[in-house]
Amino acid sequence: MLEFARWKYFLVVFVTVAALLFALPSFYQDDPALQVVRKDKVAMDSAALGTVEQLLTGRAVPFKGAYIDDGRGIVRFADVADQLKARDAVNDALASQYLSALTNASRAPAFLRKVGLRPMALGLDLRGGLYLLYQVDVEGAISQLLDSYEQGFRRALANAKISFTDIVTYTSGGSSMPNALRILLPPDADVATALAAVKKDNSDLTFSVAHLADGPAIEMALTQAQITARRDYAIEKNRTTLSNRVNEMGVSEPIVQRQGADKINVQLPGVSNAAAVKDLIGKVATLEFRMEDTQNNAAEAAARGRPPLGSKLYKYNGVPVLLKRELIITGDQLTNATATTTNDGPAVSIKLNGPGGDAMLRNTEQNVGKRMGVVYIEKTRQTTMVGGKPVNKDLTEERVINLATIRGVFSNTFEITGLQAGESGDLSKLLRAGSLSAPITLIEEQAIGPSLGQDNIVKGRNALVIGLLAIFIFMALYYHAFGMVANAVLLANVILLTALLAILHASLSLPGIAGIILTVGIAVDANVLIYERIREELRNGVTPQAAIRAGFEKAFSAIFDSNVTAFLAGLVLYVFGTGPVQSFAIVLLLGIITSMFTSLLGSRALITLMYGGARKITKLSIG
Amino acid sequence: MEFFHKPTSFPFMSTRKMWYGLSIILMLVSIGSFFGRGLNLAIDFTGGVRIEAAFPQAANIDAVRAALKAAGFDEAPVENFGSSREISIRLPPQPGADSAAIRTKVEGILQSLDPGAELRSIEVVGSQVGNELRSKATEALLGALALIFIYIMFRFHTWRLSAGAILAVLHDPILVLGVFSVSRTPFDLTVVGAMLAVIGYSLNDTVVVFDRIRERFESSRRLEPRLVLDQSINQTLSRTIMTKVVTLIVVVALYVLGGPALKGFSEALIIGIVAGTYSSIYISSAIALDCGLKADDLLPSADKKPVDDLP
Repeated sequence: MLEFARWKYFLVVFVTVAALLFALPSFYQDDPALQVVRKDKVAMDSAALGTVEQLLTGRAVPFKGAYIDDGRGIVRFADVADQLKARDAVNDALASQYLSALTNASRAPAFLRKVGLRPMALGLDLRGGLYLLYQVDVEGAISQLLDSYEQGFRRALANAKISFTDIVTYTSGGSSMPNALRILLPPDADVATALAAVKKDNSDLTFSVAHLADGPAIEMALTQAQITARRDYAIEKNRTTLSNRVNEMGVSEPIVQRQGADKINVQLPGVSNAAAVKDLIGKVATLEFRMEDTQNNAAEAAARGRPPLGSKLYKYNGVPVLLKRELIITGDQLTNATATTTNDGPAVSIKLNGPGGDAMLRNTEQNVGKRMGVVYIEKTRQTTMVGGKPVNKDLTEERVINLATIRGVFSNTFEITGLQAGESGDLSKLLRAGSLSAPITLIEEQAIGPSLGQDNIVKGRNALVIGLLAIFIFMALYYHAFGMVANAVLLANVILLTALLAILHASLSLPGIAGIILTVGIAVDANVLIYERIREELRNGVTPQAAIRAGFEKAFSAIFDSNVTAFLAGLVLYVFGTGPVQSFAIVLLLGIITSMFTSLLGSRALITLMYGGARKITKLSIG
Repeated sequence: MEFFHKPTSFPFMSTRKMWYGLSIILMLVSIGSFFGRGLNLAIDFTGGVRIEAAFPQAANIDAVRAALKAAGFDEAPVENFGSSREISIRLPPQPGADSAAIRTKVEGILQSLDPGAELRSIEVVGSQVGNELRSKATEALLGALALIFIYIMFRFHTWRLSAGAILAVLHDPILVLGVFSVSRTPFDLTVVGAMLAVIGYSLNDTVVVFDRIRERFESSRRLEPRLVLDQSINQTLSRTIMTKVVTLIVVVALYVLGGPALKGFSEALIIGIVAGTYSSIYISSAIALDCGLKADDLLPSADKKPVDDLP
């Protein structure tokens, strides 16, 4: 007699029904669509959507339907040509209030969407779009941190009236980048007092005293934890900035995420104009505000070719200027910059965050009438071929973009004036673009046209359907009724996998589809192991029902073992892989779990239904 | 329907020298080609530019190549990709050039040949990313092997079986690398994914055979190990072939229908699955035998609990 606990039946039925529900939206195809959002970020309402619909009707652009989803207006079209016409129409007539973006919209009925059931997210290789990979300049972020400590030390020493020769950065403890500061003191300095002064506000730092040929020095090296924290902060800050910029563009469902230790990847579905987008979001520039050094003569320093200690030499409008090394604020403290016009002519209005505003307030209180410089730092990567191999060289361009007299005390809102006509627009753009906390470099990009994405979907779907059908026929021929059970279970497995992918919102790539197909092959294996075992037991003369029981029980360890090793390989792949390959890994891992469930529980439930109970079974339909 | 209506009795063990020879030759060729010729690494690993374009009619590859050369892109490999209308162009890293500039330039060249030419995708990978990915991929492959080795050691209790399983697991990815090296098939990131899947599944059949070996030893301790191994392989043969046929059905469907982007991926899987089946039938048990596998290794003494209660 075969038995199968009632709760297991319930579990199988419940999981299958739930999976069907969650997988359902993914089985509908997509239409080309246009996403319309309001520029002021207010959610779209039916009136706003009506405006768009009216415009399209007026311009004779046919559309299949329009609805509001999560504050975004979505208009569906029959083909890409209509979609593009509609985008042009919206950009032409409504660009002042609305942002439009190309996207895909599922044909699934509206009620599914309303109860929160969504189709699987598709990767860029399946829907077309732009992929950008940026590297964050960690060294630059650390150097900014050292600069700010240096500034603090200078202030602390000055307040305590302790004279020091200079503060320099250096590389300590085999680090790959400068990670430490050295305060050089005169030979007769009171080291203990100086140490106490710098320690006072910096209890989290570790200081040590060194005796150099020129006199004593206080050294401070950042710990690995401090470097990691700063790196993570810089990456997170940049990620947010990139994310904000992308959102400004109104792209549909963009992804901006950290990748590995020092990279950020940006995925923009439906975006095809790579050049414009890269310009807008990837401008690799940072800003620093510094006071002018008026105690030293800039012309002399330029003639000497070396700035005095504590200052940096720049040129502004062709004239040498000296700016103090001490930073007032950096670009990451800037929250907005807009071009405006004041009584003094074109200007840029600046907004700072809280700490930035405080620093600016302290600075302007002490320095009315003096000049403050804005240094624009742009990083470019130059690749040259050396001996047939490309060699990268990072070039840093530092330029004083503005040097203006502080007219009064201000904090977080102020204007930079004294600009030439037409300069304010560029400067505000530069300032906005410059508000990344550390320089980033574009190291990889991929633009996939929408037609290629569509092709990939069709090919992946065909391979899946044909592969499944071939297996269905083969299994039915080979194992008869048991083969049909295996087929039902395989289908359930695909549905379960689809449901899980939709629930987890893991984006599906072409390798991901390949993973689903491979999972089908693997899932069959579990059934084959069980059925072959049952056949063997039957050959040994065991009764049919005992053979079924023995088949499931004895095949378990082999199924489990083979899945464990595949799971390990999948885990490695997930950890190491990125993008499309990671999608393959996720599908593989989920597929192993779902196939264990369907073949051990699902197929046993069906077979027990067929052959279970007190009936006397003389023959199994197992081929 | 059954592949083998009667239990088979192929003499796998007595012919093992022959299969060793075949495997050693294949391994030597693979390793030799891998170190001699190397792999045809895709731009994922080398850095560079890859462009996919489609023409309204069959593309004239030679004309595209000549036009690219005239425009200063020397030695750009151009090949059909998927169909005769579609081509892929590979360019070495373009120092200092912006992707938009490359795109405009190549689009111009293609459209001068045929105004209907469409640039379908462009991928620009920095050479640094390529280097980084190469070392990461190597780490991933070695990491997966290490994890699986640990699992094998833990799972089989005797080093004789572990040695057989480990050599069989090494055998398959090496063969995949060899075929990719010999055939110059582009080796990209998805192939690494397929190889990891192969490493994961390669053990599958070996585990099933080894489980059966233990079971046979349990029921007939006195039988000569050689016979036990032969019987175990023969008894599981039907299942081994059945499973692989089914898996191959889907992977071949993927190879034929999945489009050019998945060609390398499915090719690696096909080679890996065939190699895995071969090595688990002919190699892994034979090695265990030559390492001196005996019933006592698996069933040390009656008072000790069996490893587990399964097939």
